[in-house]
Amino acid sequence: MVDKASIVLESGTVDKLMAGSIIVSGAVANGMEVNVFVTFWALMEMRKNAGENTKLGVEAKGMEKQLFSIMKEKKVPSWKDTLKQAMEVGDVHVYGCAMFADLMGIGKEDLDPMIEEVIGVSQFVDMAKDSKMTLFI
Amino acid sequence: MADEIKPDKVVDARGSFCPGPLMEMIKAYKQAKIGDVISVYSTDSGTKKDAAAWISKSGNQLIGVFDRNGYYEITMKKVK
Repeated sequence: MVDKASIVLESGTVDKLMAGSIIVSGAVANGMEVNVFVTFWALMEMRKNAGENTKLGVEAKGMEKQLFSIMKEKKVPSWKDTLKQAMEVGDVHVYGCAMFADLMGIGKEDLDPMIEEVIGVSQFVDMAKDSKMTLFI
Repeated sequence: MADEIKPDKVVDARGSFCPGPLMEMIKAYKQAKIGDVISVYSTDSGTKKDAAAWISKSGNQLIGVFDRNGYYEITMKKVK
């Protein structure tokens, strides 16, 4: 049986979302099946109308402008593009969190088509319980 | 030169960031036939190690990692 990785994306800051999508790619490169559960602030960024994400974690305070300009200059792909590429190459499934979607009145139709389905936590944990790697980002 | 093996497919991923070149290489690998030689150009230093490790781990043949003056060329042969 193929090794599985289960990743929860919770933070909606660019640094964490980028780290998450790059790790998904790394798991794909290692031949793993990856299930991603997107909740809270990461789910907010998965809305079709989320707009440009310029949020960074507190450690980046004061460096936001510099970091984004370096990323733009070096043509660093967005975290969404990195995640999309990982989905093209490997066996990656991205799910939205039903609890947070209900809380905020977000429907599947409001979310990026990368979100395969909106599911409950129990269904995700069932997928995650026999994983080789579990991460909460 | 001994390392001048003509690749069947060249993936120019120069300027692309981690994990871009590695993912591009895996994409090309999936589309290739057994026996095909694939070369990836990368300016990302992490790819040099990651791509070589992936080639060996996946049971394919690493022909070489060449320093091309400003970028790396990683060449592999698809054997499975």
